[in-house]
Amino acid sequence: MEPVLSPLDACLVLLTGWIVVGAAGMLRRGNVVFVARVLFPLGALIGVGLAVVAGWSLALPAERVTLLIGLPDLPFHLRLDPLSRTFLALLGAASAGVSIFAGGYFRKGQGTAPGVLGLQYHLFLASMGFVLLADDAYAFMVAWETMAVASYFLVTSQHGLPEIRSAGFLYLLIAHVGAIAILLSFGILQGGTWQFTFDAMRAAELSPTWAAAAFGLALFGFGAKAGLLPTHVWLPEAHPAAPSPVSALMSGVMLKTAVYGVLRVTFDLLGEPAWWWGLVPVVLGLATALFGVVFAAAQTDMKRLLAYSSIENIGVLFTGIGLAIVFHGVGMQALATLALVAVLYHAVNHAFMKSLLFLGTGAVLHATGERNLGRLGGLIHRMPWVAWLTLVGVLAISGLPPLNGFVSEWLLLQAFLFSHEVPHPFVNMLLPLGAAIVALAAALAAYVMVKFFGVVFLGQPREPGLAHAHDAGRLERLGLVWLALGCVLLGLFPAQVIDALGATTTQLIGSVPPQGASPWWMLAPLPDRQVSYAPLVLLAVIAVVLATTSVVVRRVYRRDVRRAPAWDCGFARVDARMQDTAEGFGQPIRHIFQGFFSMERELPSAFDRAPRYRVVVGDRIWRLVYEPLGGRVQRIADSLAWLQQGRISAYLTYSFVTLVTLLAVVL
Amino acid sequence: MNFTSLDLQLLNTCAALLLLVSFAMLSQRRIVSLVNLLALQGTLLCAATLLLAWRTGQHHLYLSAALTLALKVVGLPWLLHRLIRRLEVYWDTEPLINMPGAMLVGLVTVVFAFGLAQPIAELASTATRNAIGIAVAVILLAFITMITRRKAMSQVVGFLSMENGLFFGAMSATYGMPMVVELGVALDVLVAVLVLGIFFFQIREQFDSLDLHHLESLREDQ
Repeated sequence: MEPVLSPLDACLVLLTGWIVVGAAGMLRRGNVVFVARVLFPLGALIGVGLAVVAGWSLALPAERVTLLIGLPDLPFHLRLDPLSRTFLALLGAASAGVSIFAGGYFRKGQGTAPGVLGLQYHLFLASMGFVLLADDAYAFMVAWETMAVASYFLVTSQHGLPEIRSAGFLYLLIAHVGAIAILLSFGILQGGTWQFTFDAMRAAELSPTWAAAAFGLALFGFGAKAGLLPTHVWLPEAHPAAPSPVSALMSGVMLKTAVYGVLRVTFDLLGEPAWWWGLVPVVLGLATALFGVVFAAAQTDMKRLLAYSSIENIGVLFTGIGLAIVFHGVGMQALATLALVAVLYHAVNHAFMKSLLFLGTGAVLHATGERNLGRLGGLIHRMPWVAWLTLVGVLAISGLPPLNGFVSEWLLLQAFLFSHEVPHPFVNMLLPLGAAIVALAAALAAYVMVKFFGVVFLGQPREPGLAHAHDAGRLERLGLVWLALGCVLLGLFPAQVIDALGATTTQLIGSVPPQGASPWWMLAPLPDRQVSYAPLVLLAVIAVVLATTSVVVRRVYRRDVRRAPAWDCGFARVDARMQDTAEGFGQPIRHIFQGFFSMERELPSAFDRAPRYRVVVGDRIWRLVYEPLGGRVQRIADSLAWLQQGRISAYLTYSFVTLVTLLAVVL
Repeated sequence: MNFTSLDLQLLNTCAALLLLVSFAMLSQRRIVSLVNLLALQGTLLCAATLLLAWRTGQHHLYLSAALTLALKVVGLPWLLHRLIRRLEVYWDTEPLINMPGAMLVGLVTVVFAFGLAQPIAELASTATRNAIGIAVAVILLAFITMITRRKAMSQVVGFLSMENGLFFGAMSATYGMPMVVELGVALDVLVAVLVLGIFFFQIREQFDSLDLHHLESLREDQ
């Protein structure tokens, strides 16, 4: 049966729907109930629709369309192929959860009017969709910049605060530097044909040097958007500044558009990447992963902590991309496919789990008005829904089976463990060491998440105000449940997910992940290597162990849960302030990885009357790269400042001299 | 399209007079006389256009001559005179460069303009191509007038004179721009003067003077 609309048409209709929904908010821009309770759920429905369309058509051949609109004489080309479908499905599914949560989250009196916020939000979603569909450089850049600007306005929705304005500025600055690099990369990719459609770029023949330059520029440009070292600095500033659903979208989905961009340029537009290019993203990715997780451990603001955790995950993703390039370049197709599948899988997983966690912090922030970990605690009693659903996300992102985070990290580690077969000396010795770093990052990520969950939800409330915290509303719960469900399902059915990703890997590197003869509940990514994973079996074992333990506890000891004060070692007074703090949790990491930080410490002596303890953990890269760079730019700008005389006759003289000079040159 | 030598003589005279008026504007410090000179420049331009229209038989040039007459000879000077009376600015203060200096710079500019126009004139196919150099000179002289003046009013006059030069250049190089462009430019100039008129009142209200050095305080301090 022929459907009425082709999948591409359906995607276009849905993306237009987002714009319409956003514009509808402008009709009654001050009306929170209309915007939040009607429009945002509508946006979520569109997201579900997009996920269904993209997911259902995943394996269909690519289709394309040329729009009538666009720049003058340069109509926009769009194309829907398996790679864009994968990411569109990610966009639709993750944004659905975020949108429905946002419907319950946005309230009156938060900076930007709700209608305007709704417009920016839905434009942001639609522009991400168009980034994924674009099939020429113009359309791509227009969508890419719309995405950057829309998200900038969302980040600065509380623009009354100066630190939020400066965070927004930093974000916009790095986004633009990245966009320039991407633009230059496209400029190289067209290869002298001056045709900026992606088809022309696929056909263009580039010399190895130029191809490498295009790859490097694309890596830098997209890396700036993703938060790859050393352009990661905007993430920990922008995410705490943005409203939580926006942080969720930016971290969960927008960073993935950068991953999409790298994949698109490397495997699709450049065609055959050289194997050694892959070493750059591997090294950068590993550094980013370790850096991100170590800094996450030292944070005391829960949204900053999650932002650094996003940096870590981006590092893992780029490591995977690099590995795929290396394996593909040396002709080890099976491992290249494995690494690529790990990347795609992890991108989807991270979209779900990080959105879930950011929304969880949003709910906590709403209930308590606190982002500082030092003033939270014990919220599991007051907010059970949020706590348990966040726990799912926490377990997933820590890479614990049977949830989704485990699967993708496991796949990546598998790919790493066979990297000693790369037929190049040194590389085959050093690459396996990367596996150790990935494992270290994963372990530290679990540590960070224990800290995050433990300090926020467990123990005793650290402030008396926390007793009045309320649980999330109905729409917010729905959003959290949606995302948590995604985490669980993606974890339980990895074989099916990987099957579905086959079309994308075929498009990118021309081979499908082998499934061998393993049963549907079993994942065996490399059939000839004796590795397999059966999440359902594991889940069953966990369930059985839990059930048995609980039965044993209840029946054998015959005791119900008893609440009593903790043993205080005979010390007279124990209060909530004596619990382990976020700083305390981070201390060992700060100590071990001292070289990463620039620390400012104020320690009280034993005899202080008013003891104060203060640690400010700074980023060395900020001091090593950004401050000198900013200083130099400032100096150049200052040296040009005399141009601004303030006198009209001076300005007229500038025009006159310019005119005469240009005329003389023409002469 | 046959030009007699008399026609060419007349045209070249007009062009020469235009240049002379430009020099006069460069040296004139009374604003009322400056506006009168502008009107004179407009008249000369109108005469040259009429002559060209009659000789080449290009009908749209009649229209642009009428436009010049209405706007540059009557409309704008009248507007400016009214502004001068209402704002009571009759004299410009001492220019930034003294008169002989400005004249010298003007002379150099004229030489430069003629040198510049030579290759263009060789490309043009019109009978009036020799006047292109004068047109460029008028533009640059008007520019210098704007640079050396302190009062906003004189700068507007300089701006309008520059527009005259452009118009004359287009006419002598290609017998006039397309009508649409010409109309558009005329409208732009009219609107610009109206807007500037409003600005004058605002500036005077703020600083009690039309002297532009008060605006220097608007620069960003380091």
